[in-house]
Amino acid sequence: MLLNIKNLHVAINGKEIIRGLNLGVNKGEIHAIMGPNGTGKSTLAAAITGREGYEVTAGEIWYKDRNIVGMSAEERANEGIFLSFQYPVEIPGVSMTNFMRTAINAQREHRGLASIPAGEFLKMMEEKKKLVEIHDKLTNRSVNEGFSGGEKKKNEIFQMAMLEPTLAILDETDSGLDIDALKVVAKGVNQLKTDDNAFIVITHYQRLLDLIVPDFVHVLFDGRIIKSGGKNLALELEEKGYEWIKQEHLV
Amino acid sequence: MKNTQMQQGLPLDEMLLGTFERSKGLIAANDTPKVSRLRDAAMDIFRECRFPDSAHEKWRNTPIESLTEEDFVQQLSPSQADKNLEEMFRCEVHNFDTEIVSMLNGWYYDKKSDLRTLPDGVVVGSIGAAMKAYPELFEMYYGEIAPYALNGFTAINTAMAQDGVFIWVPDGIKASKTIQIIKMIDLEENLFVQNRNLIILGRNSELSLMHCDDSINQHCSLVNTVSEFVVGENAQLKLYKLQNLNDQSGLVNSTFIRQEANSNVKTNTLTFNCGLIRNCVQVMLNGPGAHADVLGLYLMDKQQHVDNQIRIDHNAPNCTSNELFKGILDDQASAVFNGYIHVARNAQKTNAYQNNNNILLKPTARINTKPFLEIYADDVKCSHGATVGQLDQEAMFYIRSRGISEANARLLLMYAFASDIISNISIEALRQRIDDMVKKRLRGELSVCEKCVLHCGSPEKEYHFDIDYSKL
Repeated sequence: MLLNIKNLHVAINGKEIIRGLNLGVNKGEIHAIMGPNGTGKSTLAAAITGREGYEVTAGEIWYKDRNIVGMSAEERANEGIFLSFQYPVEIPGVSMTNFMRTAINAQREHRGLASIPAGEFLKMMEEKKKLVEIHDKLTNRSVNEGFSGGEKKKNEIFQMAMLEPTLAILDETDSGLDIDALKVVAKGVNQLKTDDNAFIVITHYQRLLDLIVPDFVHVLFDGRIIKSGGKNLALELEEKGYEWIKQEHLV
Repeated sequence: MKNTQMQQGLPLDEMLLGTFERSKGLIAANDTPKVSRLRDAAMDIFRECRFPDSAHEKWRNTPIESLTEEDFVQQLSPSQADKNLEEMFRCEVHNFDTEIVSMLNGWYYDKKSDLRTLPDGVVVGSIGAAMKAYPELFEMYYGEIAPYALNGFTAINTAMAQDGVFIWVPDGIKASKTIQIIKMIDLEENLFVQNRNLIILGRNSELSLMHCDDSINQHCSLVNTVSEFVVGENAQLKLYKLQNLNDQSGLVNSTFIRQEANSNVKTNTLTFNCGLIRNCVQVMLNGPGAHADVLGLYLMDKQQHVDNQIRIDHNAPNCTSNELFKGILDDQASAVFNGYIHVARNAQKTNAYQNNNNILLKPTARINTKPFLEIYADDVKCSHGATVGQLDQEAMFYIRSRGISEANARLLLMYAFASDIISNISIEALRQRIDDMVKKRLRGELSVCEKCVLHCGSPEKEYHFDIDYSKL
């Protein structure tokens, strides 16, 4: 199993948000995580990616057969975990090109490889830009600075394409996207999908899951996964909302 | 030959008063009558006010007495150069050909001539030689822009400064090369140095000037420089000040700029290293349509201290000014920013902007910032602001989540913070050079023994942060 989360408890400033969560993800799978606002979806993403301030108070996160609780964010990234941010951060003064090259070289160093030759890097940039239909001008600018909402999300997928993660978490990548941008993002994800990687797609809406078809759908409520199913569960949620599951759970 | 003067046990101010009485003839040897008159008047002021200390409101957060109470020697004539100065000042910047003016321990240093006219018509030389050659320019401008009664430092400089740089860009002349003043301190004693610079830009003229203050020794020095700039109608001045002195030294650098109509001035003060620096910049926008960009970047650590006192006087209508100072303070470093914009009653349609941003890397670092506006006109647009913060944690996580180490993420963000000051440097080769210096400084690799900006080895061609953070 690529990712195996066991009885995870996560607290922020002493307040417990994730309260006994279990989740297993194998290579080659796409998992969707849905659920009402404020139930811990983004907290789960932060805990897996190693964000400071998200304290794992109990439980384990096994990734590639190692418990990664306590591992730094950068080491997790270099081990192949990627987060597409719900709100990508603007970093004025740091060009996309330099940012990506620094990241790629960090990853290569972690794997005992030499820095990427300039020509190879530029070729790679060109290839991956096409994948997400990102404009040349965007990569010449500072990271996310002045990007539209859609451009920022495309830029996340572009970075994912560059870093080729084993486990990618897309945190509400569909929010703020129009239907055309959504299609571009979904196309990018589908092209990157292989039998050797896995995706966790956090979303509120079925429309993304029409384009990125999940193998499993989980409903997160009150810090726990309270229902899991196939892709049809998402359709059912779209139709009936979350109330019936909450009721079922409380009973 | 030992030509330094020192009287053991005497405080610096007493020593200077004594020297003035005994050696007035030597000090004033090259003077025009006006310069000589100003010396006496300024000495009368100094005798009363002496050096300021932190009991003075304007020096409250800058412990200048830590320097003025040191024992110093003073040189009343140039020291014999026993080093290979040509080698020391050799310019190594690729694609950046400057006209170099060297000053060693406060004395103009040029083997060939102390006053020369460059092929493009720009006159460069020592203050002493220029006083003899162009007495009418000194009568007209010397001491007119720098108020000698401002404080003890400008007073004692006016009274006793013997050497400095004179530049005259006559009407309509565009200086073809950047002129670079390299001021080097290298003496095995604690040295007190005073320089006086007069730079005159005629109508429709242009000048780019670099002013580098460096030390290559590890002794304490105190440098007190006063520079007067006259910027004529429609003239353009770019002034880059680079400050890289050792941790024991002090620098009081007072720059006074008077601008006529439609002139354009850009100053950039880049402070990389020094025990204590006080930069005073006063820009007088005296003609309509004049514009000034007053920018600065300071990167301090250990117990270093930098104090930027910026005053912009909007004395005429339709003038614009833009003031931006940014600083990163580490360890126990401290900084002061005092921005003051004064808009006179008749200076309608003024547009003035003032901002100071700081990042404190440690809880022990300190900044006292005070943006201030005083407006007497009623049709103006003025804004000011100041920020003090830490590195953006949101951005830190974003960068680290891409696999970049925490150390490099910090460097990346610090560099990014400084970048809008660097990107304002319009001379491409110089911008790259400064860019390299900032990166080196942030990595803790820039040492004062690299002498000056032009001597810090081969420039980095590419930008990447494969750095050992433990060096910071």
